[in-house]
Amino acid sequence: MGILEVKNINKRFGGLQALGDVNLSIEENTVHAIIGPNGAGKSTLLNVLVGKLIPDTGSVMFDGQSVLGRKPHEINQMGISRVFQTPEIFGDLTVMENVMIPCFARRDGAFRIHAFETVAQERDIIDEAEHMLEDVNMLENRDMHAAALSRGDKRRLEMAMCLVQKPRLLLLDEPTAGMARADTNNTIDLLKHIRDTRDITMAIIEHDMHVVFSLAERITVLAQGTPLVEDTPENIKGHPKVQEAYLGQQAQE
Amino acid sequence: MLGLNKRDTSFLAVVIALTAFTPFLMQPFAEGSAMAQFNGGYPDLMQRVAIFGIFAIGFNILFGLTGYLSFGHAAFLGVGSYSAVWMFKLLSMNIIPGIILAVIMSGFFALLIGYISLRRSGIYFSILTLAFAQMSYNLAYSVLTPLTNGETGLQIRPNDPRILDSADSAQYTNLFGLQMSSSYKLEIGSHLFTFNVGFYVCALIAIIAFYISLRIFRSPFGMMLRAVKSNQQRMSYTGLNPRPYTLAAFVISGMYAGLAGGLLASMDPLAGAERMQWTVGGEVVIMTILGGAGTLLGPVLGAGAIKYLENIFSKINENVLHGWFSFLPEGMQEGTVWLFSRFTGEGWHLTLGLLFMLVVTFLPGGLVEGGKRIAGLFGRKPKSDGDDAEHHPKHTPHVAE
Repeated sequence: MGILEVKNINKRFGGLQALGDVNLSIEENTVHAIIGPNGAGKSTLLNVLVGKLIPDTGSVMFDGQSVLGRKPHEINQMGISRVFQTPEIFGDLTVMENVMIPCFARRDGAFRIHAFETVAQERDIIDEAEHMLEDVNMLENRDMHAAALSRGDKRRLEMAMCLVQKPRLLLLDEPTAGMARADTNNTIDLLKHIRDTRDITMAIIEHDMHVVFSLAERITVLAQGTPLVEDTPENIKGHPKVQEAYLGQQAQE
Repeated sequence: MLGLNKRDTSFLAVVIALTAFTPFLMQPFAEGSAMAQFNGGYPDLMQRVAIFGIFAIGFNILFGLTGYLSFGHAAFLGVGSYSAVWMFKLLSMNIIPGIILAVIMSGFFALLIGYISLRRSGIYFSILTLAFAQMSYNLAYSVLTPLTNGETGLQIRPNDPRILDSADSAQYTNLFGLQMSSSYKLEIGSHLFTFNVGFYVCALIAIIAFYISLRIFRSPFGMMLRAVKSNQQRMSYTGLNPRPYTLAAFVISGMYAGLAGGLLASMDPLAGAERMQWTVGGEVVIMTILGGAGTLLGPVLGAGAIKYLENIFSKINENVLHGWFSFLPEGMQEGTVWLFSRFTGEGWHLTLGLLFMLVVTFLPGGLVEGGKRIAGLFGRKPKSDGDDAEHHPKHTPHVAE
């Protein structure tokens, strides 16, 4: 039994079957990549997992609890964090504050009026956030406005914001989309570092093959809203069905 | 001290000193001199500066931190005034029960209006609050006449019950016997300074209000409110629910507005529907932006500047202008007086509009930014550190997306 169990998910948008009978099981402490050509339903699937979309049928269980119908902040409080395609950070706040907010969210829950405490006196939270920033090599940026960071650093910060919550499942939506090669490689190194130093399950949606094959331990190939095959990266590379649906397409280009 | 770090403690001390010496600061010119009409140190004006300062401090907690722009805060000011006057009629002319009820009632109304309005954000939120304020105004004016006394306004009468006061007790608002309107006048040379009980009561409450706002700015709660302004999507995916945070800010700012309304009634025990009109709600928006939205001191400065200018400019009528320009030849004098009178007296809103346009265009951070630039010109380092987001607000659009 995996940490995330997706069963018989169907989702229609008008006449378009975006997801058809999706079954997916993500094992704890693995890096699981979901790949597929454009329009395969990757983003739809991710939006179902984070509570943004409600599927027509099926169930999504995280650690034995259903996530369907819950609000994004409730799903996060269950232990699922999400990294967006374009980094979503608090641009008006400093880097340090960006990392402290998730610490508060984990300690105090979705809402609490802590109006008569002082941020500067929250030693534990400050230490935690500083450690996290050190871990992703951003401590020297701590007092910068997050909006002033470079694209790669914004991604790094967003990752730090997710990791500091110690999520059990980290969802990554095309973490290297639109990045230059150097930034992509930095991100891969960062993800490898995360994978090797923490007990964390990661689900990555990506169509950059380089990223997928450097990181993933399991790969699910999605085509036209349905999982085609699920296997290890070695087997996926040589799989005829995958070649036909996805890699074959690229070879022709 | 008081849970503040060293810098904030001295900041608060400066604010307290400025407030305590307001009767001197606003009365810089000698009596009888040509400049005496620019003196603002009379009780009514000083009270208004303190009261509207409280109003703007509270408004800034909503608008400056979360970016939600409400045009409806006049409704809470009105609710506060009516509640206070009712307490003066029913319980006692002591202002304490009146102010307490004003804060409670406005908080209750803010919860109701905020709960509905905050289902939308951006311009839709602003329009909803505006609609609620106008609704409250019209209700107070017509349907709710038994409660509000319609267009006459709610007033105290000699035959009101006032069950806590003895029959022969005074008919003026007081704080345990201290009459709000009583003043002590101090003459130093040709200068005349007025120390008014009402002003010092308002000033004391304003300092407490400022201290609470300072604590909120420095608290995790304040950080969450700035997160609301910055990125609500990230907030919910970080396990935080933005809605109750925004609602809490709305209710707190509504209670500040109610407190201001209660104080207005305490200084002058009468409440009318015009206090709920949207122009009053617009005024507090202008005060906050003029002073510097999202800064601690900005709203107070904005409130002070606007209330002072309003009083001074409204006083400059055509007679005064004729006096000023009497040195000009007849024809030119008429023309100049005509031109200036458009901007003074009744026309002072034109000056306010121009001032507002200039500030928003050239000083988007308001008077606080202006002060900082001047300090920068003289080569002095600004008081605060660069990492302090409240003192260095970024000029993002004021309205939450």
